[in-house]
Amino acid sequence: MSTGTTGSIGAGPPPVGAGRPAQPVNLRARSRPGETAIKGVLLLSALVSVAITVGILGALIQPVIGFFEEVPLGDFFTTEGKYAVLPLVGATFMVTAIALAVAVPLGLGAAMYLSEYASPRMRRSLKPAVELLAGVPSVVYGFFAISFVTPTLLQGLLNIDVGFTNALSAGLVLGVMIIPTIASLAEDALSAVPQALRHGSLALGANRMQTTLRVVLPAALSGVAAAIVLGMSRAVGETMIVALAAGAQRNLSLDPREGMQTMTGFIAQTAQGENPVGSTSYNTLFAVGLLLFVITLVINVVSISIVRRFRQVY
Amino acid sequence: MSIAAATAREVTRSTIATGRSKDRTPTSILFLGALWFSLFFGVMVLIVLIVDTAIHGAPRFDANLVTRYDSVIRPAETGFRAGILGTVWLMVTTAVLAVPLGIAAALHLEEFADGRRWWNRFIEVNLQNLAAVPSIVYGLLAVAVMALLGYERKGIVLGGAIALALLILPVIIITTREAVRAVPREIREASLALGATRWQTTWRQTLPSAVPGIATGTILGLSRAIGEAAPLLLLGIAGAVRFDPDGLGSAVTALPIQIFSLSSNSQEEFQQAASAAIVVLLAMILLLNGLAIFIRNKFQRTW
Repeated sequence: MSTGTTGSIGAGPPPVGAGRPAQPVNLRARSRPGETAIKGVLLLSALVSVAITVGILGALIQPVIGFFEEVPLGDFFTTEGKYAVLPLVGATFMVTAIALAVAVPLGLGAAMYLSEYASPRMRRSLKPAVELLAGVPSVVYGFFAISFVTPTLLQGLLNIDVGFTNALSAGLVLGVMIIPTIASLAEDALSAVPQALRHGSLALGANRMQTTLRVVLPAALSGVAAAIVLGMSRAVGETMIVALAAGAQRNLSLDPREGMQTMTGFIAQTAQGENPVGSTSYNTLFAVGLLLFVITLVINVVSISIVRRFRQVY
Repeated sequence: MSIAAATAREVTRSTIATGRSKDRTPTSILFLGALWFSLFFGVMVLIVLIVDTAIHGAPRFDANLVTRYDSVIRPAETGFRAGILGTVWLMVTTAVLAVPLGIAAALHLEEFADGRRWWNRFIEVNLQNLAAVPSIVYGLLAVAVMALLGYERKGIVLGGAIALALLILPVIIITTREAVRAVPREIREASLALGATRWQTTWRQTLPSAVPGIATGTILGLSRAIGEAAPLLLLGIAGAVRFDPDGLGSAVTALPIQIFSLSSNSQEEFQQAASAAIVVLLAMILLLNGLAIFIRNKFQRTW
């Protein structure tokens, strides 16, 4: 305690870094220029993440302005025509809906088992098993969709009349891909429900199923909702599965057996083609990309704010 | 709490009335079965996927698979030498770009940042958002960065690596922060008490203790980047390259891109080649994951 007169030890809200000392320790005798420089470098590195966001917006907006100078807004937000984006949006939400129909029950089921029924030891080995699914590259899932799910499962075993590319198989496989996202986050939310609630319910005579479904699940609803919303954002942004399995025809249809092109599928397909930089068809890429970014951003912000707003304080 | 109380009251009443416990009713056994099913559904899919792919690609497990280059004329002998080497090149360049930056950013947020300042909170929220941005959008960003750097050529190592580095930066920052946070406060306090500065404490005490955790997270991030194809597609990385990459400006291909372009072809030989390539890719990812688990088990301490 050589410099006891610094006097900067004040109580405040807990800092970002949980690992650093609770109170700002400022016991240095003199400031070191090297130290300040290093801190500056670290701050700059952290600011790179902000620069990336700004970069994404900048990179997307400039070509988009060029695009809308040539194509009127009405031609973009419409259902017919070369630049119509609504069929792409419709297909994206169709595939996402199928994916969620698969992933929400299965992901929640896995989460409920892991948090309510499994012993801590089982949980330690079962959770990584579920998360293995997340490690499989999406292009592999895409290949699986066109080489197994469509011909063998849908056309062969279930005898559904689907085309070679269809929204159904893309959605099903996409759903399998986002199971770990939903399961893992929902498990965190369910496990965070205090034990006292379970004990109270069980002590009053409810069985484990009733405790899980009517006590733990409602108590963890905000976390579970956030998990589902994040899974949805993953599904909207996933590219390779839909590029391979959903098809490449613009199709504003409600029939999942038909092939349809999603926003990401469109970007992937257009990027492969030879479009001169700055041409209208090249700029369409960025217009759709910006729309995709905005949609996922909105979904993510909703997810973050759900957690923040409805976080239960026990 | 009211839901809990209401449920429990109803159950208690019916248990007393009928004299039967509710824990072994058909519904609750069915419910447990459904939970089991959802838990193992994913694993079943994974097994079907691997078995189906391996059977499909079985005729192609020969030396040609890893020694030959891509061949459209003789698809039965096509190989993935360029894809495997390209993937390795992309990985190393990605790691060099993303790891130091990610660790520095994480150290700032965890050790130096004052959470009361609005810019630090802004960085925080921004990171949460970045982690959920679709990978294909990072491809669009990398295209813009490459144009800014003045590279005209498409499909080169640097472009792909920039896209992948941007993609995994949030992952590296998040895992590094967790590893750093796990280092007990006493170690920092002891170092500070002995007169070390904040940076000396971070560099000589905190960071070395967190290395196993950081390494695990980084390797897992890289193994995610290995399988990414969408951002590479936007950078013009082509499926067919018939030479080894030899520098940052060299044209390159990657296994996921090769798989993608082979899958779009419905001819049987191409499908077989794609299956075999998937097995190679999964083996590479498994290797990286195994390495991460090994590091975690071998070096991670419990304080």
